Amino acid sequence: MTELVLFWLFAVVAVAGGIGMLLNLRNTVASALCLVLTMLALACLFVLLLAQFVGVIQVMVYAGAIIVLFLFVIMLLNMERDTLGAETYPVVKVLAAIFTVAVGIKLATVVATLRTPWAEVDEAFGTTREFGQALFTDYVLPFELASILLIAGIVGAIVLAKQRLE
Amino acid sequence: MSVPIFYYQALAAVLFALGVLGVLTRRNVIVIFMSIELMLNAANLSLVAFSRLWGSIDGQVFVFMVMVVAAVEVAVGLAIVISLVRNRDTVNIEDTSLLRW
Amino acid sequence: MDPVLVGKAVFIFLVTVGLFGPVMTWIERKQSALMQDRVGANRADILGLRVIGLFHPIADAIKMLTKEDTVPTGAHRVLHALCPFIAATPALISFAVIPYGGTYTAFGREFNLCVADLDYGVLYIFAIGSVATYGSILAGWAGNNNWGILGSLRASAQMISYEVALGVSVIGMFMICGSVRLTDIGLVQQETFRLFGFLEHFGWIAPGTGWVDAITLPMWGILLQPLAFFIFLGAIMAENKRPPFDLPEAESELVAGYFTEYSGMKFGLYLLGEWTEVVVIAGLVTALFLGGWAIPWVSDVALIGFLSGLVGSDWGNLLAMLVHVGVFLVKLVFMIFFQMILRWSLPRFRYDQVMNLGWKIMLPLSLANILLTGLAMLVVQEVTS
Repeated sequence: MTELVLFWLFAVVAVAGGIGMLLNLRNTVASALCLVLTMLALACLFVLLLAQFVGVIQVMVYAGAIIVLFLFVIMLLNMERDTLGAETYPVVKVLAAIFTVAVGIKLATVVATLRTPWAEVDEAFGTTREFGQALFTDYVLPFELASILLIAGIVGAIVLAKQRLE
Repeated sequence: MSVPIFYYQALAAVLFALGVLGVLTRRNVIVIFMSIELMLNAANLSLVAFSRLWGSIDGQVFVFMVMVVAAVEVAVGLAIVISLVRNRDTVNIEDTSLLRW
Repeated sequence: MDPVLVGKAVFIFLVTVGLFGPVMTWIERKQSALMQDRVGANRADILGLRVIGLFHPIADAIKMLTKEDTVPTGAHRVLHALCPFIAATPALISFAVIPYGGTYTAFGREFNLCVADLDYGVLYIFAIGSVATYGSILAGWAGNNNWGILGSLRASAQMISYEVALGVSVIGMFMICGSVRLTDIGLVQQETFRLFGFLEHFGWIAPGTGWVDAITLPMWGILLQPLAFFIFLGAIMAENKRPPFDLPEAESELVAGYFTEYSGMKFGLYLLGEWTEVVVIAGLVTALFLGGWAIPWVSDVALIGFLSGLVGSDWGNLLAMLVHVGVFLVKLVFMIFFQMILRWSLPRFRYDQVMNLGWKIMLPLSLANILLTGLAMLVVQEVTS
């Protein structure tokens, strides 16, 4: 029962954050903050699903680094006031709405058929130890490749953003 | 576990749809980026829920990889936005048609 | 609700906010006076009673609470009101995972002195700390002040940069302890190692030589990971944005940085958050590197056994608990005082120096520390097996 209440609480917060991000047409900072709300609610849902380590990483990476980077760039470029607003062509708006509804219905029909019961898991499920063991045994090659991707990303970001010192 | 699995999947679907809507209707590059992050997060929720469903840790490792990709994407993407603003003084996605000239 | 859990939470809250929070303002003034050869705060008095300036925190609190709360025109009202709370709350809740004592059995129940003994202990503090960034980033922007925005930009860049070195520097400690749970790390640090034991393992001297067995050191983080200790301390002080890393609020350049537009208790919340964070930092450094609640060379089991022999099992456990809390508080106060000394000793860095220190010195050194720790662990494993 507690779980159901918590699920609804975090689900409502997550969706409200997403909608808030979309509807904040004039203020980019407010959009970013709504997204933080969604991220934090999702982290709580992860913990509810016993993925404690991933939940903490979610807070650290998404709320603590990615959105902070967004805010940093928004403030650096003085882009807080969004004068662009939403799409102006009505045709595009209608098409976007139709497409979104289609995607939503398709996903909903797929997931509505799911009736698999939850597996029984022991206490160690989702702990740092178990996660680390999976990451450094079965998934060590993807892990190493991810580090190469990160290096490439860092170098790429510096090359792109660096001002030429003439 | 009193919450059925499809609740989680339905929530993931809703968040994903919101992200799609954001990418399609907003014109600010930064907001479009945020919408992509929202879609990635919806996928993450789905993966974590399935990982719990089958009682295997693999889904969580995938989420970890998704986060790495998201971090790299944001770093490079925002660097592109910065150079875009420096060169063209705009964050409107419709003004970035240089290659289509 | 479990009364023991409530008791632990209340104790921690009283120690961090009730005791150290106000006393810190006094210590900071008195210590700066000491270091600058002044008399220091001693004017506040109640009926002529001054008690070496101990009434100043009370006077400060009354002043903060009764001051006019100004909100500048053009400010984002909601965020402006919300930011001080975002900044202060993380500091208040992060002490929950820091253990201030071991595990005891008294009057038929077992309990440990840690409010929330989480499996991802240290990571919880890092995650909470990264949320605290918003309190400083948004404050400057919400106040609609140019000094504020400059301070916010500096704060966000500095905090993101040092989070990297902070996280990487403690990995060596995690490798040795095999856990990120702070109570596990505390338990490992109770053990001792023989400083010259390697001579025996290499076969250079005969096993059982008396002086080799006699010279032991506790397995404290500061002895096993000295480099990590200094990097961690530097990085976490930069996270707290106190001098010498106080560029986001540099009063000689940016008025007050990101909290320029705050007055009254909202301003007070920023100060409260900063001082509580000093206590949390001291607690975290103690738990990770200074052995936590451990007395050097005396393990929990030995102490509890000794005291139980004197006054019986139940009271022996409780007495040991008191001793351990006392030891933890002594280390905590020492670390707080150490931070204060640094705060009044070092001049403020230049901005490029802060960035260079974080990215070009601390990060490579902490990565090298992981490599060295791994190699050392392999060698130890080879030799002792």
